[in-house]
Amino acid sequence: MPCPPEAPGGRRLPPLRSVGPLLQRFGIVIGLGAICTVLAVMTPNFATPANLINVARQISINGILAVGVTYVLLTGGVDLSLGSVVALTGVVAATFAHPGDYPVVVPILLGILAGAACGAANGVVVTWGKVAPFIATLGMMTIARGLALLVSGGRPVSNMSPQMTRLGGELAGIPIPVLILGAVAAGSWLFLTNTRLGRYIYAVGGNENAARAAGISVHRVKMFAYTVCGALAGLAGIVLAARITTGQPNAGVAYELDAIAAVVIGGTSLSGGVGGVGGTLLGALLMGVINNGLDLLNVSSYYQQIVKGCIIVGAVWLDRRNKL
Amino acid sequence: MRALEDVSLELRAGEVHALMGENGAGKSTLMRVVAGLHLPDAGEILLRGRPVSIRSPHEAMRLGIAMIHQELMPIPDLTVAENVLLGHEPVSGVVGWIDRRKQREEARRLLGLLGADVSVGRRMRELSVAQMQTVEIAKALARDARIVIMDEPTAAISGHEVEALFRVIDTLTKQGVAIVYITHRMNEVFCIAQTVTVLRDGKHVETCPARDLDQQRLIGLMVGREWKSVFPAATDHAQSPAPSLGREGPRTGAEESLATEAGTAPGALAVRGLGRAGAFQDVSFEVRRGEILGLAGLMGAGRTEVVSALFGLMPADTGSIWVDGEPVRICCPADAMRYGIGMVTEDRKGYGLVPTMSVRQNITLASLRACCLGPLVRHGREAAVAAASIREFGIRTSGNRQAVGQLSGGNQQKVVIARALLPGPSIVILDEPARGIDVGAKMEVYGIIARLAREGKAVILVSSDLPEVLSLSHRLLVMRQGRVAAELIPARSTQEEVLKYAMPA
Repeated sequence: MPCPPEAPGGRRLPPLRSVGPLLQRFGIVIGLGAICTVLAVMTPNFATPANLINVARQISINGILAVGVTYVLLTGGVDLSLGSVVALTGVVAATFAHPGDYPVVVPILLGILAGAACGAANGVVVTWGKVAPFIATLGMMTIARGLALLVSGGRPVSNMSPQMTRLGGELAGIPIPVLILGAVAAGSWLFLTNTRLGRYIYAVGGNENAARAAGISVHRVKMFAYTVCGALAGLAGIVLAARITTGQPNAGVAYELDAIAAVVIGGTSLSGGVGGVGGTLLGALLMGVINNGLDLLNVSSYYQQIVKGCIIVGAVWLDRRNKL
Repeated sequence: MRALEDVSLELRAGEVHALMGENGAGKSTLMRVVAGLHLPDAGEILLRGRPVSIRSPHEAMRLGIAMIHQELMPIPDLTVAENVLLGHEPVSGVVGWIDRRKQREEARRLLGLLGADVSVGRRMRELSVAQMQTVEIAKALARDARIVIMDEPTAAISGHEVEALFRVIDTLTKQGVAIVYITHRMNEVFCIAQTVTVLRDGKHVETCPARDLDQQRLIGLMVGREWKSVFPAATDHAQSPAPSLGREGPRTGAEESLATEAGTAPGALAVRGLGRAGAFQDVSFEVRRGEILGLAGLMGAGRTEVVSALFGLMPADTGSIWVDGEPVRICCPADAMRYGIGMVTEDRKGYGLVPTMSVRQNITLASLRACCLGPLVRHGREAAVAAASIREFGIRTSGNRQAVGQLSGGNQQKVVIARALLPGPSIVILDEPARGIDVGAKMEVYGIIARLAREGKAVILVSSDLPEVLSLSHRLLVMRQGRVAAELIPARSTQEEVLKYAMPA
């Protein structure tokens, strides 16, 4: 029997391989649980309802952006224009949100539309223009910032209607931005896991050529991803403007990097095809909890940045090792 | 599957040693082992009588072994001089300034040795393929190579460029350099080689002086006498549902005008005058329902390019495609699928599988719409459809949620086939469907191909495996250098005849 020497190894291999995805899937949950436990023990204020709601509120903007950019990263692209789009859409919404001008849906719709337009422009340049996503969205980052300054004349746009600023408030004790994040995340999760287009997004990121050979219109799928990403950045811009009660043309600088970091910590691969909204939400939560914890521990914000950087690199590093 | 088994080769200084064999015979693999690109599992390499171990291209280079690849790898934006002396720049001083003048002079000297007339200051990208080749050879000389391996150096050059290359080879051998020359071209072998080694299926067949051989004998050695019987009773030629238009024997593609009948023929798929610049020209043929049309030819003859055009992966720029007597425009695979064309692509990793998805998701990818209710995927239905395919094609998997990358090559191939067939195409294109998979899986794939024809589908089978295409197809087109060189009836043809048409003159 030639089998015995090989059989044990052969049998042991599959379980070993399946530990990888398991760690990938739950590693972040375990990490998050551990950090929360430590913080709950070390600081009296962490595990209070008020603080936890506070954490949720703090991550809501980054969370919405991160869910949006998940679509793009899943196709194997990237979007660096998010922060500028947040500023542009905030300014656009604020401009149409002066008391007594228009019903509140108008600024909201215009803000989302402005974001979607930026995203669609990114999509066109990336697909038909064949420009690398990094460059295309880098260009949009500057263009959208310029547009934000142009629309606002370089000054913050204030004097918002109370209906508009309510978006930054609370509903039944829960911050409205958190509710919006919840709705966006749930909707995106359902979309990506249960629709045909959602499946195509994974296929395009997993192997663009094979997706094309299977009759999928790769251009259309990518266009969709960039447009949704832009629209959600628009939504985030509106929420931010409502929270700070002004449209700030200088808001949102480097927000895209935090969003991408959250997605990547959540296990979505930068090369596309792997990951999802669940991980992104956990990634954003992990970043929020660590920020909050370091605040509570009175760690200087300088250190906070260093820690954040280490976590981003560390999470992806662990992810790589699990895959090997 | 072993790419090479028990192959021995002896190379003497100053000789040109031709390495011959069909596609996949193991010529390039053998040379890649010698050049340090692959590690051998067994055997040894002796250099000047001493055993050496070659673990990387760098080590091969240090031992004086250089390989001129089929696809040249120059650095296009550096100058000729910089490319020739790449990694061997003459430097001076502690910081290692490159001595530009010395670099140019040295490059000029080396190119002069080869009798080449190339200005050393030009950018590499401005050069012709033949000139680039000369630069690659000069590069090998700069590294003091004593053994130069050339993998089909004349595949991309012509006429007087070939003569120039032969003069270079002559110069090299006079200086005692040994040359391994891989080629498909008979006349070149008899023109320059002193010794010929023939490989077949990764095994050593024969080594003998070139003068003891003639073309007939050489083809015989490459093809082998035995007729492998791994094929199913796939193609009962007697019952061929498509009695090949009553034509007999070979003919050249250009002579006959299939084109005129193409428009009205009942053939499922007809192609007339199809061409794409730099890939293939003037390709016309038709395939009928229930017929398997084989497409044979050497690597680079344009077979994959033709079928890629039919499926819209790389659309043709001239000619027309007809499906069921209607002219169609195919610009992308989605178009082709609308007209009932399905394709199993040659490159399983590149164009076949989505490695990040499960077996189930890979199988249903091209027909997801059928598993959907509006935009929503019905997971239960999808699972049932995938399970049915897994049963139908005998895909061995631990479950339809298994990652597709964990399957064996043969089962991965069956997944690709299952995906292409799930939408129910009436015209099926199979590009090397049985390459790189084990014998058992091969037989299953052959069974599937035969079944497709019995079910009345029109099948186009591209294959480099001559026994395979000859046994499976009802009609066989042989392509050579982007054109249809002959149409043969496999039942009345031989491997020798196919090779005769496939080999460039």
